[in-house]
Amino acid sequence: MHRKVMFFIVVCALVLGAAGWALAAEEAATQGAPAAGLPANVKVAIAIGAGFGIAIAAFGGALGQSRGLTSALDGIARNPAASGKIVTPMIIGLAMIESLVIYSLLVSLLLVFKL
Amino acid sequence: MEHKSFVAVDAIPLLNQLPHHVANAIVVIVLLMVIAYLGTRGLRKNPKKYFIPEARLTFRTAGEMIVEGLLKIVKDNMGPRGPEFMMIIGALALFIFTSNVLGLIPGFHSPTETLNTTGACAITVFCLTHYYGIREHGIKYFKQFIGPIVWLAPLMIPIELIGHFVRPVSLSIRLFGNIFGDHYVAGVVFGLIPFLVPLPMMVLGLFVAIVQTLVFILLSMAYFAGALEGHEHEEHEG
Repeated sequence: MHRKVMFFIVVCALVLGAAGWALAAEEAATQGAPAAGLPANVKVAIAIGAGFGIAIAAFGGALGQSRGLTSALDGIARNPAASGKIVTPMIIGLAMIESLVIYSLLVSLLLVFKL
Repeated sequence: MEHKSFVAVDAIPLLNQLPHHVANAIVVIVLLMVIAYLGTRGLRKNPKKYFIPEARLTFRTAGEMIVEGLLKIVKDNMGPRGPEFMMIIGALALFIFTSNVLGLIPGFHSPTETLNTTGACAITVFCLTHYYGIREHGIKYFKQFIGPIVWLAPLMIPIELIGHFVRPVSLSIRLFGNIFGDHYVAGVVFGLIPFLVPLPMMVLGLFVAIVQTLVFILLSMAYFAGALEGHEHEEHEG
């Protein structure tokens, strides 16, 4: 009885989620894009620039963070008792690397809002 | 894609004249003051019996845990002169953390979502580093810009100046970008699938709130420590 109730609830949740997604897609299609004053080729350049900018930044950021994370995990594997002292500088290092990706995200957002 | 959403501070008659980030910052400050007042009620009632903590989790014990945690972080990073800086670091940490988390509650915006608030925090830290440096070393504090070798000074001074002025820029943009980007993406996901899928985004938002607060105060303490020690050896911070 309990499992049937849970199954029913999960199915309802999935159906509502799918319905919400379908409704949102339909609404976005009927809205249409507001026309800015820029010529079309400038808009193309803005779109390509924004997309590639954040993509390359995410790629570079992921590589950098993975190297830092690898070293931190090696250190914890050698010395599991020091994991607290290793994790704190690791988090700080990850946040510093991520801030560079965030700068690129900001530039992409600025570009997208100019569209 | 920017449409008007419901903000709780729009319902309060005096606050809705202000810009959103100022009104929400006032909400953060009032919230922190209320919690602080509730935590120190026993101190006002009978100060002699205050030293015995209660056994359960009350506002007072939770506040003491938070303050002790912050004090430990400050002492680990600033050495024995830690408690001098507890006021600014503690205020920044509590304000930034509460601001970041407030944006996750529907009906509120984060004050740190805009460059205004984060810039204010970063400029405060920047001015305070130079104030602490001048208070510690006098006018010789500016000799650190010269660098180790004297005839390299025309090269070192612009580099050091740029390195100093980029600090508040990077502090403010890092905090702003993380919180604004995270809340923006969470808002977009809410617009797409409002059911159950925004939950991982909000958990990420909570994690980002904690980590960004930690990074902000750790970097501020590194800048304070650098100003206090006077740059005997060359160290560049990002």
